[in-house]
Amino acid sequence: LSKGFRGGCCPERSSKFSFMWLSLCLSTPQQLVGVVGLEIHAQINSSTKLFSGSSVRFSAPPNSLVSFFDASLPGTLPVLNRRCVEAAVMTGLALNCNINRKSLFDRKHYFYADLPAGYQITQQRQPVAVDGTLTYSLLEGKKRSQVIRKNVHIKQIQLEQDSGKSLHDDVHSQTLIDLNRAGVGLMELVMEPDMSCGEEAAAAVRELQLILQALGTCQGNMSEGQLRVDANVSVHRPGEPLGVRTEVKNINSVRYLARAIDYEIQRQIGILQRGGTVQNETRAYDSKSGFMPEPNLPPLIVYEDNASLPAGIDACQAVVVQKIKEGLPELPSIKRDRLVQTYGILPEHSFTLVNEDGLVEYFEAVLMATKKEPRKVIGWVTNELLGHLKQQDLSVSQSPISPPALAELLELQETGHISSSVAKQVFQKMWRSPGKTAAQITQEHDLGLVSDTAQLHSICQKVVDSHPDEVHAIRNGNKKVLNKLMGLVQKETKGRADPVLVRKILQEKTS
Amino acid sequence: MLGLFFLGVSLALREGRISPTELCKKCLNRIKKTQHLNAYITVTEESALKQAQQSEVRLLKGPLDGIPFAVKDNFCTKNIKTTCASKMLKDYTPPYNATVVQKLLDQGAVLMGKANLDEFAMGAGCTDGAFGPVKNPWSYAAPYREQTGAMLESDWAITGGSSGGSAAAVASLTSYLALGSDTGGSTRNPGALCGVVALKPTYGLLSRHGLIPLVNSMDVPGIMARSVNDAAIVLGILQGLDVRDSTTVPAPSPLTELPQDFDVKNICVGIPKEYHAPGLSEETLAQWSRVADLFERAGAQVKQVSLPHTQYSIVCYHVLCHAEVASNMARFDGLEYGHRSQIDSSTEVMYASTRHEGFNDVVRGRILSGNYFLLKQNYQHYFVKAQKVRRLIADDFRNVFGSGVDVLLTPTTLSDAACYQDFTQEDNRTRSAQEDVFTQPANMAGLPAVSVPTALSRRGLPIGLQLIGPALHDKKLLSVAQWIEQRVGFPSISDWDYSRERSAHIH
Repeated sequence: LSKGFRGGCCPERSSKFSFMWLSLCLSTPQQLVGVVGLEIHAQINSSTKLFSGSSVRFSAPPNSLVSFFDASLPGTLPVLNRRCVEAAVMTGLALNCNINRKSLFDRKHYFYADLPAGYQITQQRQPVAVDGTLTYSLLEGKKRSQVIRKNVHIKQIQLEQDSGKSLHDDVHSQTLIDLNRAGVGLMELVMEPDMSCGEEAAAAVRELQLILQALGTCQGNMSEGQLRVDANVSVHRPGEPLGVRTEVKNINSVRYLARAIDYEIQRQIGILQRGGTVQNETRAYDSKSGFMPEPNLPPLIVYEDNASLPAGIDACQAVVVQKIKEGLPELPSIKRDRLVQTYGILPEHSFTLVNEDGLVEYFEAVLMATKKEPRKVIGWVTNELLGHLKQQDLSVSQSPISPPALAELLELQETGHISSSVAKQVFQKMWRSPGKTAAQITQEHDLGLVSDTAQLHSICQKVVDSHPDEVHAIRNGNKKVLNKLMGLVQKETKGRADPVLVRKILQEKTS
Repeated sequence: MLGLFFLGVSLALREGRISPTELCKKCLNRIKKTQHLNAYITVTEESALKQAQQSEVRLLKGPLDGIPFAVKDNFCTKNIKTTCASKMLKDYTPPYNATVVQKLLDQGAVLMGKANLDEFAMGAGCTDGAFGPVKNPWSYAAPYREQTGAMLESDWAITGGSSGGSAAAVASLTSYLALGSDTGGSTRNPGALCGVVALKPTYGLLSRHGLIPLVNSMDVPGIMARSVNDAAIVLGILQGLDVRDSTTVPAPSPLTELPQDFDVKNICVGIPKEYHAPGLSEETLAQWSRVADLFERAGAQVKQVSLPHTQYSIVCYHVLCHAEVASNMARFDGLEYGHRSQIDSSTEVMYASTRHEGFNDVVRGRILSGNYFLLKQNYQHYFVKAQKVRRLIADDFRNVFGSGVDVLLTPTTLSDAACYQDFTQEDNRTRSAQEDVFTQPANMAGLPAVSVPTALSRRGLPIGLQLIGPALHDKKLLSVAQWIEQRVGFPSISDWDYSRERSAHIH
């Protein structure tokens, strides 16, 4: 149940909206469709801030991570953090952007309590990376087994400062300001309005999260504010000009993002269908805020390779794109393909594996401890295990069944000690009693396959003796009736009889 | 002793003819005697004596060890009030030292106090600070008193600005050197009017870390001293890359002593024709010719040159200056530090009243116009246009220096110091526009420039001339400046011990 990846743009909804959703998905030229763009702020995973040496940490005592510069003490100047530049370049490369050899810093002015200097240092005129592509996938089709690839254009990636936090205390009519976050480095990523609904936006964001986490440039945790997504939503009829945009903000999960966007699309469609016009309330302030080049920061130059470094500059003093390119880790899309190649699993399985934190590692750990083929293991991991985890909202690391434990269960099944259906029962029992091994549970509940030939013989005989009509039918050529006898044997053995053996014995006895 | 230059004093200290503590006390007494000048906002008596004592017990570090100095009150000094002559920061105490201040302290120099200025360094008279105007020490020396026949307290002359306090401190012999700041001439202007050497180094040569900014792209810490050689010594100590200021550049070479016998036969002195500005006094013009002649007679090539975009410079300077001011002043909201208004029914109201109470008219006026220039619809038309013209102005200089000219010789100010009554007939903006005409182009182009006092006017007040050089050629510039200094015979204020004169006045 990977949330947010339901088939296409038609998520299950209450019947109230399902008609509207159906009409969205039909997308005949007369129908209004959603247009979604995203503005994403990703907090850079660095030990110090973008322009000062104070530390970056989540949940520190208020105003304990504030340097003189962060507090905007007069006379202090920004000093660019190299790690932040590298993070932006790395992210740009992973998203197929052009890295601007020269980029510039600007001041964006507005008055707000959590912005001590009265301006934010950002990259308005010429950001560090432009013109990239994010490829993301959706699982579509009835069984969600079809992997559909989509692209969204990345307009740009720019470096900028985060603001502090303000807490409004209405009881005492005061505002409390915490500047710990002020000055932390952000990458603002702008995704063009190539998406058409909440599902797509959520999938794009999820893929971005995975990429950023693989790169290590952002931890991507939305609930902790490390990844903040604002959606620009409008509706129009395909081929016609774009409609009025509204913003959807303050979203702290991928799941909620999809819902909020879809809700907004519906809302706008509803307004238009009733003959009204969509109002945009948030943009008025923006046009007044002045921009000015940041005079205290010279242009940021990154170099293509060591050969293009000017005389007197050491490679270790500069940001060299080639070096960063060579150091890029395996990206999620490559990883998915590799898993398919290596293990012969299906693309949608690979998709599910990579999408869940720690699931690939879990899968590979199980494979190490069992002789079973990967194609036969994958279902256990993506269905049984993941299904149970999702039901209880657990992460892979919180699984009560460890990889070796699951491997042991699979071995028991593979070697014929238990049947497939029993294996599933054992799994559930293991889930509820963490620490108990598959073998223990099988023993305790007497679930082992009965292979004792003599015992089976006697049970089969009993069944044969008590069903002469069926035996007669089989002897006359109706082989299908054998299944009924098998069913009776299984009932007698509580499903623990080895089906292969039982069939053989019954065939003998009815021949 | 107080009239000496560094090397003289340093020698005296080394030879034990005077101790650092005695020297410090002498200067402190002098400050008390010249209090009417209002050159200092804060006198750091206790810490100065402590520093002097430390200087006394150690092996002297260099030429500045034990030497009293003053710092304009827009440089951050750790645990010492830094006000920018504004109500907004009247009780503000920074937790760190500006880099240039720290460097002087590291050399053992003794900080006497924070010098007065125009509020937030906006002004050309040092008449618009929250702690009152600064009076030109030469107003109380015999030449002025005798020439003008004035005995009225109200006839005192201004120092010029905005680093008026720094200039007055050096000129009144209470400090041997002072740091000012120079954005459009704020060090050279008062330097000229107070008869001291005033150097604006190449932009980026001295760190601005800790200098509370006016215009980040033009500000430079300025050096005021009694002689060109003294200024050179200070430059040598202060110049260089600072990791805390990303706009600094490495010093071209360590500054060794200036050549004593600089040969001007090899240099070409340019006289920019556009600097014959309206309002230029006859006396200043005469000094300009005098020194040009000196060069010519000594074998230097002296020729007229053109800086064709000069006439546009002041307007562009104002646009860019106001825009940056609006931006730089945005941080003064009363939240983290500085003045906070009692009227705080909401955050917005608190901002507005804090800023209204904390800033004077001049500052508020520049913020308003700066914000206007930065509006989306005006940005291209004003700000970007001014930046483009700025490049043309810089190119004018580049072309002239590229055609074989080594230095430019110009006036520093239109005339000698006006008396306060006259000066305040016009508003700050008008005066700034008039007075900055010779000095701000060097800020626009980031070039080094130095003002050297050449003579006293008929009124008994100093007149100075300016030299402008190519970027990073500060040493050569100073060498030429010293050559002038050696030949013009500008008198020292200590020639008239005016403290006796002053005692006859009411204040």
